[in-house]
Amino acid sequence: MNVELIGLTKRYGAALAVDAIDLKVPSGAYCCLLGPSGCGKTTTLRMIGGHERASGGAVVIGPKAVGDAPPAERGTAMMFQSYALFPHLDARDNVAFSLKMRGVGKAERRARAMAMLDLVQMSHLAARLPAQLSGGQQQRVALARALVTGPKVLLLDEPLSALDPFLRVRMRVELKRIQTELGLTFIHVTHSQEEAMALSDLVVVMNAGRIEQAADPRTVFERPATAFVARFIGGHNLIRLPEGLVAVRADRMRLGAEAGPAALPARVVAVEYQGTSVHVGLDADGLERPPESPAALTAILSDAAFAARPLHLGDTIPVGWDTAAAHRLDA
Amino acid sequence: MNDLALPHTAETVAAPVAAVPPRRRSLAYLQAAPLTLVFLIFLVVPLVLTGIVSLWEYNEYAIIPALTLQNYADLFDGCLSADLCTTVRTYLSTVKFVVLTLAVTLPLGFAIAYFLAFHIRSGTVRMGLFLLCTIPFWTSNVIRMISWIPLLGRNGLVNDTLRALGLIRQPIEGLLYSDFAVVLAFVHLDTVFMIVPIFNSLARIDRRLIEAARDAGASGAQILWNVVLPLAKPGLAIGNIFVTTLVMGDFVTVGVMGGQQIASVGKVIQVQMAYLQFPAAAANAMVLLAAVLLMILGLTRMIDLRREL
Repeated sequence: MNVELIGLTKRYGAALAVDAIDLKVPSGAYCCLLGPSGCGKTTTLRMIGGHERASGGAVVIGPKAVGDAPPAERGTAMMFQSYALFPHLDARDNVAFSLKMRGVGKAERRARAMAMLDLVQMSHLAARLPAQLSGGQQQRVALARALVTGPKVLLLDEPLSALDPFLRVRMRVELKRIQTELGLTFIHVTHSQEEAMALSDLVVVMNAGRIEQAADPRTVFERPATAFVARFIGGHNLIRLPEGLVAVRADRMRLGAEAGPAALPARVVAVEYQGTSVHVGLDADGLERPPESPAALTAILSDAAFAARPLHLGDTIPVGWDTAAAHRLDA
Repeated sequence: MNDLALPHTAETVAAPVAAVPPRRRSLAYLQAAPLTLVFLIFLVVPLVLTGIVSLWEYNEYAIIPALTLQNYADLFDGCLSADLCTTVRTYLSTVKFVVLTLAVTLPLGFAIAYFLAFHIRSGTVRMGLFLLCTIPFWTSNVIRMISWIPLLGRNGLVNDTLRALGLIRQPIEGLLYSDFAVVLAFVHLDTVFMIVPIFNSLARIDRRLIEAARDAGASGAQILWNVVLPLAKPGLAIGNIFVTTLVMGDFVTVGVMGGQQIASVGKVIQVQMAYLQFPAAAANAMVLLAAVLLMILGLTRMIDLRREL
């Protein structure tokens, strides 16, 4: 089902957590709400799920505005951060919980819970208590629990943040598989741009309670709408030119002879080998270093290009970029 | 090269691991020793002494070291006949107070603990309300008991007020020196022992579990029954144990609030002590201890405390 937010607002006293945001998530889309902590993404998710009362605006799920309807009446299900599995119930009863609340008979709800556990490949551990399951297994159970009532929209609050990096990538694939298989709308809150890029059809970058940009991942990366988006997504150099601020992708920077006529002389201040590529940090006169950044500019070179012409700390080299790669920013 | 080095490092790491446990174990015993000593001196030794004295003989003038089961035989004298013997009747009366007190303190304690844990957000307010719960302990037991008299007596505040309001003509007699008065005093004193462990259990419930249950479509009552109560079980069990042992061992409250007319096990022991019948009192105490232990054992059968904690 499609989800639409209209002027959705959340105020805590005088503080504005979510500032009148508008968003349309098409049915069956994988949407990621991306932003730094405190940007209002989780509050937005909780308002969609009915766990937080909106101070203003509306949430429309499918054909109707849900108003203050309780979570179970919205056709949404939420997967909580750190899973919130019931510690006194085994995996099967955790999954069957919402069916039990709806008065489904014991045999039927257990059968349906087992079918759901099958979907997430956890049926062999159905009798285990949450404390006896690893983080990844708990997450699968939490996913099965959220899916068992057949919601139309699944809300995921930082579902992968408690997992180790290896497992995170595996579960990411799993989430995408299940979303595609069931054809559900997923709304996923994350602060990891990598996760958002990998999963979503629609990336919604939020900052300070507002939406900075809502587009498909490729558009967000190639044409970031604002300086904040370019900085948060990473992989971009922000350069203040006389005609305004531009973002240039770090892998489109040109060094040495290819730098072109407008090249600036720059000092190499950092060289990081990354396997397939090498990240070179550069400082140049007249360019300010962004806060908390090791260098004013970063150039990403392919490992072959770097090997052909190695750079060392302290070297001076002309730096420029394709004019076509420079993307004008609004702010 | 790494492959060659690996077994070597594994060995050097394994050696100290194998060497540490005995030393660490003796250190653990040493750390537990002070509390063990306290328990030994102030719990085990007195209990053993009581057990020994319960086997001695006594007459009007003296206690005679001996080895006899006469005290226990006296205690259960006539219990096999059709009417209940004094001991069994006394126990039944005491257990009745346990049941009545639990019936009030359990729901009351749970309700207060629930309110404190889930509805009070500020830590300061919560601390203040906790202190409020301990008000009954701000004064001595005797003064507390005596203060019930002007409140509940025949011409006490309650009767006077009801009469002034025209709700009753004759003063209600049963307010003081009755089962009601005894249970009231127990509730007044022991509810806090129910509140604290239950609060402790409730405070540890992750709030997201409540949200998850709400997300699953559970109503308030369903959340209480399916999530909160099962997770509060350890606190409920500990509160029950506190109240049970307190009421079973009490002799002051039953004495004062019952107008010295109601029997209780503690009261019997106290009277025997007053008449210097120490062996009989000791035998009674041993039976009381066994009875309370059995009740607690029954409780822990229902809830596996060790697993829950």
